[in-house]
Amino acid sequence: MIGLTEAAFDPGALLSEFSLARQEVGAIASFTGLARAEAGQTQVLELEAYPGFTEARIAKIAEQARERFGLADLIVLHRVGKIGPGEPIVFVATASRHRRQAFEACDFLMDYLKSRAPFWKKEHGPDGARWIEPRAQDHADVARWEQEKKS
Amino acid sequence: MARVLLFGPLRDLAGWREREVEGSTLAELRARLQAEDAALGEAIAGPGVQVAVDQALVRGEVSISASAEVAFLPPMSGG
Repeated sequence: MIGLTEAAFDPGALLSEFSLARQEVGAIASFTGLARAEAGQTQVLELEAYPGFTEARIAKIAEQARERFGLADLIVLHRVGKIGPGEPIVFVATASRHRRQAFEACDFLMDYLKSRAPFWKKEHGPDGARWIEPRAQDHADVARWEQEKKS
Repeated sequence: MARVLLFGPLRDLAGWREREVEGSTLAELRARLQAEDAALGEAIAGPGVQVAVDQALVRGEVSISASAEVAFLPPMSGG
């Protein structure tokens, strides 16, 4: 399942549902990203997407993860719109036969979502608003997977 | 003529999100935008800005059909 939502969501409920009625899945890993308050500097985080295109790009990333790690199933749910500190922004869950694939696929999906999925993030704070650029670390994180594939 | 979409900081810089722009190639659209707003023209040519035509990423020069949707996508930051 891949989705964008303007509404707040409950990662626990999503994980419970994702774990139900699995016969051949031995491992489920999940990741929840939360909006940080940054000591009051971020009062609201605003996430913009390109409707249609964003879902299609995430579907491509998900397809790569499925193939590369042999996943049985996965979820990517991403918030858009205005998000308060402490609220979940993104939820990823992966299901596979063995744990390593589930862990690595979660890591892979998040690295790609951080800097290769069409989202733009604006931080609203007491001193105004600013757009957040991907960090050098985000690019380095995603590059790991491309190097590993080549080697 | 194409429907041009701006996202993230490009939208704030230009002060609009969507507009019809004359041009039958990407270069013509860029030139038109540059002529109207030099800062925007420079920003969309900047490093890390990708272009999608009808929701498919393109590289380099492409022709633009009359009803095309052309999006300028600044560096992405999700999660």
